[in-house]
Amino acid sequence: MVKKCFITLFFISLLGSCKNEEITFVQSYTYNELKTLLEKNDGKTYVINFWATWCAPCVKELPAFEKINKEYATKNVTVILVSLDFPKQVAKRLIPFINKKKLQSKVVLLNDINEDFWIKAIDSTWSGAIPATIIYNGKDRKFYEQSFDYDQLETELQPFL
Amino acid sequence: MKSIKTILILFACAIVSAFTIKTTEGYHVGDVIEDFKLKNIDDTMVSLSDYKEAKGFVIIFTCNQCPYSVVYEDRIIALDLKYKKLGYPVIAINPNDPRASRGDGFEEMKVRASEKGFTFPYLFDEGQNVYPKFGATKTPHVYIVSKSGMNVEYIGAIDNSSRKPEAVTEKYVEDAVDALLAGKKLVKTKTRAIGCSIKVF
Repeated sequence: MVKKCFITLFFISLLGSCKNEEITFVQSYTYNELKTLLEKNDGKTYVINFWATWCAPCVKELPAFEKINKEYATKNVTVILVSLDFPKQVAKRLIPFINKKKLQSKVVLLNDINEDFWIKAIDSTWSGAIPATIIYNGKDRKFYEQSFDYDQLETELQPFL
Repeated sequence: MKSIKTILILFACAIVSAFTIKTTEGYHVGDVIEDFKLKNIDDTMVSLSDYKEAKGFVIIFTCNQCPYSVVYEDRIIALDLKYKKLGYPVIAINPNDPRASRGDGFEEMKVRASEKGFTFPYLFDEGQNVYPKFGATKTPHVYIVSKSGMNVEYIGAIDNSSRKPEAVTEKYVEDAVDALLAGKKLVKTKTRAIGCSIKVF
């Protein structure tokens, strides 16, 4: 009887965890792997935000990117949040942060030490400071080393649609 | 009539280009820097001209809070220990406005410096007048300056592996200072690394 109870509880808790959609894993990319996400040519508009959990202005602007991801999903816009958290902080900080904030945009980790190479490759004007954002659609592309609020981001996004 | 039209078109082009050319602010490699006077954590005022014996400076914009700064603290101390006696001391400057970056206040700088045993001055860019002249955008952000003409010799990162000190294969700052000390041409004068944006209130 007690055993049965436990089994039932176990399944209920499993169901519960499914409903919460908590993530337990973040895909890690080298720059070469990430590049494919930065150079798609599928008619969609991509908003790529470089951020980290420890970066206060990044965390502050996340809701604007989340809102764009939600409001513009039907207009072929995809937001990708590229985390620059340290790899050893992924389990301790990044994953709990994503779950706590219930982030819906796709989050990936860029884990590539060769920064001098890939910062330039991502944009020749990027000094390496975060937050930084790319908006692109095919060959149309703009890079921003700055913070955004929702209205500014939406204004920048419009010409790409 | 035609010439007036041409002039008008040229004028219009000039206006457009004046607004679209991106002016890159701050010092570039080769530029002559202006000295500054900033408060150190020992409450004295520090200027580069105080360093009569120096051959140059490793000026590093850094702070207490940024994880990329923290991860470099030991390496910055090592740079100072190695190069101060050779004439290139480290001068650290915190460019953040503490109102926008909690933990980066002057008193907190003193605490962090004593915890870590900083061997170099750790200056506070109070009023944030110095970092914009350099064009620093993030922490850490390094400027190597040679003293003879007060020229910028190098701008960028400390080495090529911020997050993993054990994976460093290129020590940009050491290579640059070694070249300057040997009177050789620098191989790399500009590099980049991820850092925390400088916090403005």
